[in-house]
Amino acid sequence: MLSAQQLESYITQHLACEYIKVSGDDGTHFEAVIVSAAFVGKSMVQQHQQVYAALGDRMRAEIHALSMKTYTPEQWNNKS
Amino acid sequence: MDAQAQIKETVTSNPVVLYMKGSPKFPQCGFSNMATQILDACHAKYVAVDVLADQAIREGIKAYANWPTIPQLYVNGEFVGGSDIMRAMYENGELQTLLSSTGLAK
Repeated sequence: MLSAQQLESYITQHLACEYIKVSGDDGTHFEAVIVSAAFVGKSMVQQHQQVYAALGDRMRAEIHALSMKTYTPEQWNNKS
Repeated sequence: MDAQAQIKETVTSNPVVLYMKGSPKFPQCGFSNMATQILDACHAKYVAVDVLADQAIREGIKAYANWPTIPQLYVNGEFVGGSDIMRAMYENGELQTLLSSTGLAK
């Protein structure tokens, strides 16, 4: 069964993240908070596409649902 | 008509289209349910397409917007986002503004 920790490492292998937190323990539904400099200047759609691209075929095969919130480092610092 | 052409036809001939699992009355997935609730909260009139009713559309819609998940919202032929983005845009008011531009929401 896919764990939140594995999913976290799948993402970070292909996307450099300043901060990432994936939660979810049923093996198919996950929630993620992702902060990456790669998101700067991108629309929300493009940011989510970057995460989907990092997951590649796993998004179709293993993961039923991934709810995510994406932030640039600046947005993240202003938020907290 | 193949799935891509059919999707293009649907999203360009209707101002607001939601591709979802199930129908607005009987959504078959929590995320699709949330998407319909957000559109209802915006008083939007929209066309709902049940992807569970057509396997070619279900797979085709993922390729169409390069987006692997459902629901998907289209306004004026443009892909707007999935349920996370709909919620974020609803919370900051952008979705209401966008839907008003179609003349179909208050």
